[in-house]
Amino acid sequence: MNVLILGATSRIAQSIAAEHAKDGDSVLLAARDREEVKTIASDIQVRHSTRVLVGDFEATDVDSHPGFITDAVEALGSIDTAYVVFGAMGDQEGSQQDFSAARTVLDVNFTGAVSISEALATYMEERGEGAIVGISSVAGDRGRQSNYFYGAAKGGYSLYLQGLRGRLARSGVHVMTAKLGFIDTPMTYGMKTKIPIASPEATAKALKNAATKGKNTLYYPWFWRFVMYLIKAIPERMFKKMKI
Amino acid sequence: MHTPSRQTLEGWGRYPRVDSDVLRAESRRDLVSAVTSNGEHPVLARGLGRAYGDAALLDGGLTLLMERLDRILDFDPETGWLKCESGFSLDDLVRIFLPRGWFPPVVPGTRFVTVGGALASDVHGKNHHISGSWASHVRNVELLKSTGEIVFCDAERNPDLFWATAGGQGLTGIILSMEVRLQRVESGAISMETTRFRDLEEFLDVSAAHVDWPYSVSWIDGLARGKSLGRGSFMAGRHAPAGSKGKAGLLSKLPRALVSGRFLESNLLLNGLSARMFNAVYYRKQFSKRSRSTVSVYPFFFPLDAVDRWNRMYGKRGFFQYQFVVPPDPQHLALKQLLTAISESGTLPFLGVIKEFGTESHPGLSFPRPGVTVALDFANTGQNTLELFTRLDDMVADAGGRVYLSKDARLGVDAFRRMYPEWEEWKRVRDEADPLNMFQSELGRRLGLVGEMPA
Ligand SMILES: Cc1cc2nc3c(=O)[nH]c(=O)nc-3n(C[C@H](O)[C@H](O)[C@H](O)COP(=O)(O)OP(=O)(O)OC[C@H]3O[C@@H](n4cnc5c(N)ncnc54)[C@H](O)[C@@H]3O)c2cc1C
Ligand SMILES: NC(=O)c1ccc[n+]([C@@H]2O[C@H](COP(=O)([O-])OP(=O)(O)OC[C@H]3O[C@@H](n4cnc5c(N)ncnc54)[C@H](OP(=O)(O)O)[C@@H]3O)[C@@H](O)[C@H]2O)c1
Repeated sequence: MNVLILGATSRIAQSIAAEHAKDGDSVLLAARDREEVKTIASDIQVRHSTRVLVGDFEATDVDSHPGFITDAVEALGSIDTAYVVFGAMGDQEGSQQDFSAARTVLDVNFTGAVSISEALATYMEERGEGAIVGISSVAGDRGRQSNYFYGAAKGGYSLYLQGLRGRLARSGVHVMTAKLGFIDTPMTYGMKTKIPIASPEATAKALKNAATKGKNTLYYPWFWRFVMYLIKAIPERMFKKMKI
Repeated sequence: MHTPSRQTLEGWGRYPRVDSDVLRAESRRDLVSAVTSNGEHPVLARGLGRAYGDAALLDGGLTLLMERLDRILDFDPETGWLKCESGFSLDDLVRIFLPRGWFPPVVPGTRFVTVGGALASDVHGKNHHISGSWASHVRNVELLKSTGEIVFCDAERNPDLFWATAGGQGLTGIILSMEVRLQRVESGAISMETTRFRDLEEFLDVSAAHVDWPYSVSWIDGLARGKSLGRGSFMAGRHAPAGSKGKAGLLSKLPRALVSGRFLESNLLLNGLSARMFNAVYYRKQFSKRSRSTVSVYPFFFPLDAVDRWNRMYGKRGFFQYQFVVPPDPQHLALKQLLTAISESGTLPFLGVIKEFGTESHPGLSFPRPGVTVALDFANTGQNTLELFTRLDDMVADAGGRVYLSKDARLGVDAFRRMYPEWEEWKRVRDEADPLNMFQSELGRRLGLVGEMPA
């Protein structure tokens, strides 16, 4: 199987690549930090002795996305599964003060993610097979005052994936929405919380398993489905007064 | 750039504890920007925190966790040269490469150390008498300096910087990557021979009779006195031939999470009676004078790793390991004097090991020197424990020996300077490499190894 990973320098992405490489799959690691992605590629190559390719990818450069997919297909032979992993949490306060910061959050998490997913959809629809795994977030399930730019972008991406799933179902292409809770990466590092934080390795295993089984929406860790169910059940008139 | 988080850190001995801003580096970029944009704060790299004392601690300042920079950069199956980032652990190394027939050139008593930590301590293992220490097996060490400049060093290239970095406890810069040469092995098993010895004389005889065994170490009863002074059990090992299967350790058959010191956080080991019982049982465990067996590498090299976080068993006050080496002496006067002082003190060691080092030694602050090394674990029972160590320091220094900085949390500057006369030359190289005094640690401050950072 040939796997494309977008945003390959995230630790979650590295673990996804390793999970596939373990099975002998070929992987193409796409990222904007060339030096770093080469390091990751050599690591996976030595550990798992599979074919590992690297490519330059910038999420906000949407014009380059269709061409990027063409090149990726040529390099890999085909794209059987693609993981859209990149994302940027941004800084809520900074985004309120300066719209250009907010815009980057929207450009990366929404526009960039949608743009590359569209390019993948076009390719896979025509081919009549394949899977797209979009990494979204539980933060997209309800808008919160503490990070609504990121939440809105992720929520928008979740809705986009839901629609795309319907469109591609007819052509045998699967779309999975992964709504992640707290994973141990810089996005959560140092956070003081009683909620368990999952390792990137366990997350990668869960993502690959769920995608293989053809799941539509995965909450990971699983209890976030219930947490979000409860959070969504809070009436708006109370929710708006809560400092979350 | 990610934001650091305020954390309380401790070494393996859980003493002392300090607060520091901690940043876990996810990429080389994070390290470079931490060093270049953090001009006004001291910085220290930290591996897996297995140094016992304060080598990997920095009060205030920025502690950089290296554990995620654990990527393999290259491996040559013809020669065994492995190139990896400094946060790569020996645990990963053994797990990945032993099935392919390779083993680290040197391993300490735990596999939960990074290769960066192994070089910064210039670690030694059970094969020191044959293979020397870690730095003898590396080349192309990539070091990030406080200027943001990245330089390569090894025994050939920038040797001064290399020998200041090997055993230099992180004070010359941040080790980014290195090449280390793995050794070929035929199986994942060790053929071992165990010999009981009655006293120090017999230990040295048994040790001499086993010099051609690549690995050797002995457990020593730190409580025995008089005629039994220095009694113990000598273990020699070699990699077993292809097809050998070694017994796994008893504890390794249980799930790791169950065998955890976390559940045993108690003052159990603080108590002199439990120390006496442990040592007596250990000595009698082996009935015959000599026995042979084939075991897996795990119980042979890393017996304590079977118990997750066993350091918790000493309770919140933590514990110390006192490890020293004294030069060879046919009459082992210093050794006898030290062991007597320990067994007669009210402060009793729990676990002890003794080993004869080989002749190889490295410049700078690297610990191993020809002679006999002894390491003993002591619960922290307060002032009396520290006073005993101060007395031992004098005896060690008088004998021309030294204590191991990677295990140390309390040595004074004066004793340190007597033990490591190389310190001045080492510091000259260090100061030249890091004129900003950016790289600091509690150990470095305590031993006068680093100056103040200019404001
Ligand atoms: C059970 C046990 C048994 C042991 N047995 C032995 C033994 O047999 N022989 C032996 O020699 N030692 C032994 N040790 C000590 C241990 O091997 C060393 O302290 C080793 O340095 C720990 O590695 P670490 O990755 O945990 O580093 P840490 O403890 O995190 O750091 C140790 C030092 O290395 C520096 N450092 C770490 N990474 C870097 C880097 N990337 N760049 C620059 N500096 C860095 C730190 O600043 C610090 O000064 C043992 C320790 C334990 C807990
Ligand atoms: N960690 C969590 O708790 C959590 C929770 C919910 C969802 N998620 C989602 O999980 C995914 C992975 O995040 P992470 O936690 O692993 O965080 P991370 O380490 O910050 O990873 C983010 C990744 O996105 C890449 N990226 C950012 N902007 C980009 C751009 N403009 N072009 C290309 N790549 C870009 C980064 O590349 P560089 O290395 O070049 O910066 C990095 O690889 C993200 O989609 C995130 O939203 C994470």
